[in-house]
Amino acid sequence: MSWPQPLPILEKLGQQIVKKSKGAFSGYEVMYGEVNLTTSAGRIIDALTVLRDTPEFGFSILIDLCGADYPERENRFDVVYHLLSMTKNLRCRVKLQTDEDTAVPSVTSVYPAADWYEREAFDMYGVFFDGHPDLRRILTDYGFHGHPLRKDFPMTGYVEVRYDDELKRVVYEPVKSVEWRNWDFLSPWEGAEPGYAPLIPGDEKSIPAAKGPSAITGSKS
Amino acid sequence: MTGANAPAKDSDFFAPEVIGETKVRKFNINFGPQHPAAHGVLRMVLELDGEVVERVDPHIGLLHRGTEKLMEARPYQQTIPYFDRLDYVAPMNQEHAYVIALERLMGVEVPIRGQLIRVLYCEIGRILNHLLNITTQAMDVGALTPPLWGFEMREALMVFYERASGARMHANYFRVGGVRQDLPPELVEDLADWCKRAPRVFDDIEKLLTGNRIFKQRNVDIGKVNKEEAQAWGFSGVMVRGSGIAWDLRRSQPYDCYNEMEFDVPLGVHGDCYDRYLCRMEEMRQSVKIMAQCCERLMKTPGPALTLDNKIAAPKRGEMKRSMESLIHHFKLFTEGYRTPPGEVYAAVEAPKGEFGVYLVSDGTNRPYRCKIRAPSYPFLQAMDWMSRGHMLADVSAILGSLDIVFGEIDR
Repeated sequence: MSWPQPLPILEKLGQQIVKKSKGAFSGYEVMYGEVNLTTSAGRIIDALTVLRDTPEFGFSILIDLCGADYPERENRFDVVYHLLSMTKNLRCRVKLQTDEDTAVPSVTSVYPAADWYEREAFDMYGVFFDGHPDLRRILTDYGFHGHPLRKDFPMTGYVEVRYDDELKRVVYEPVKSVEWRNWDFLSPWEGAEPGYAPLIPGDEKSIPAAKGPSAITGSKS
Repeated sequence: MTGANAPAKDSDFFAPEVIGETKVRKFNINFGPQHPAAHGVLRMVLELDGEVVERVDPHIGLLHRGTEKLMEARPYQQTIPYFDRLDYVAPMNQEHAYVIALERLMGVEVPIRGQLIRVLYCEIGRILNHLLNITTQAMDVGALTPPLWGFEMREALMVFYERASGARMHANYFRVGGVRQDLPPELVEDLADWCKRAPRVFDDIEKLLTGNRIFKQRNVDIGKVNKEEAQAWGFSGVMVRGSGIAWDLRRSQPYDCYNEMEFDVPLGVHGDCYDRYLCRMEEMRQSVKIMAQCCERLMKTPGPALTLDNKIAAPKRGEMKRSMESLIHHFKLFTEGYRTPPGEVYAAVEAPKGEFGVYLVSDGTNRPYRCKIRAPSYPFLQAMDWMSRGHMLADVSAILGSLDIVFGEIDR
């Protein structure tokens, strides 16, 4: 089959998936030549099972599972699943939303490969996965606190590590070495295209309808 | 913890009345983080019953640098070098995935010469990676000569990296819309020359390993993966091809000018470590074939290697001396950089290890809102547990070697 898949085929695929899923998917969207499907945390296992077991789709491989953080949203986390169908040469993306407390059912029963990906999403964002066999931290240090990829986690972290020559061991201390300098190079003269760039801090005062940075994600979600 | 530190529990003993005096108990051993066969900083806690592996628990993250977090704070152009440091064995292949993601987001066309150079250097990356993997896999099972021979050839290839980008490994050479600098004609000629000589070195390495009795004893029928398992565990690249699934992103989802190249995709039959070795060996020969085609076309195809759109690619230094417009573009590019329209893309390339993907979420600013790096070795290492179960302790390093893992990209 040709690649990239032409848009009409993707549109049809999206419609078919939503139809076949018996309500597990709430909608689809074709963007940049990719199919995005939305579902809810409660239906994710049904949704992925449909995608895997329906022969017309054949999404037999879980390519990736990751989180994303949108702190200004009520359900602040996205959990994003990337699937690949080798037989039909298709890709799709499944997204659902959750918050800090609501656990997402683990999909390790559908795709065993989800195991470590879910551990990573838990480690990085603190998303809980219900029914995961072994939900430990995976990438961060032993005894690490916090979830580093959250937008409210500081870039420098909270502790720093060094070898103490007197104690002859590695010690953990609160970060004190450098201040994180966040250069903002966004040009203040070109931010006006609506929907394209976020508002420049301060602009919200002159536009009564906009609500600061949340205006960006309002159009996205 | 072994011996005195972890006193044996009753459950550790096998029915003592049957065995008599010999009391057998399970051992937990630490493999790494400083083990030469661990291919980096990997700590694996192995649970052994005698010499048979019962459970493997890899502890990763010792090389975690927070690449994804760092990328969220920098303009796109400044984030390209992070990709060299993921799979540091084949740096440019990673950059490739990232620039393709950005190009798709911004709708940038790459001039054909730029595409050819990229494909050429990605194939060099593939050979760099496979040479390292094959030879160190041989070292893991006891051979010392192959790494010495293989590294000599890798060095020659790194010189080509250096001549194109100025750096032996962390090249930072690919740009959105092409590559940083065009290749001089002498370099293309030297590369074409090298392509003629390369198969002889492969023959030499193959002579050392393919028929070698010890190498076969250590690899044949070890770490078998069937087609269903390969899919369930999210494998890609040589790990699925070794099991007989004809899947190569260069062929099935071609990017850049791969669909104009002629090459074969080698497949394994048994899905064991030995078949994966054979696949890699043949893939290197195919890579040389692709490189030769690229060189031949590069000699005939003049033209820019980078898009001429100065909103995305920096203008030439000479132009900047004369044109105000160029100077402004340069200033804008190296302060603010370019912006991407809001949206999300997932771009994947066939990196030497498997599918390397970049999931990029843009909010319309000059830096990524979220960038997830999908490293091929991550699911491979995850499968280490069930692949090693029931194998002997010595097979662990053979399996680990054939999985082809690099910690730069697993830990990110």
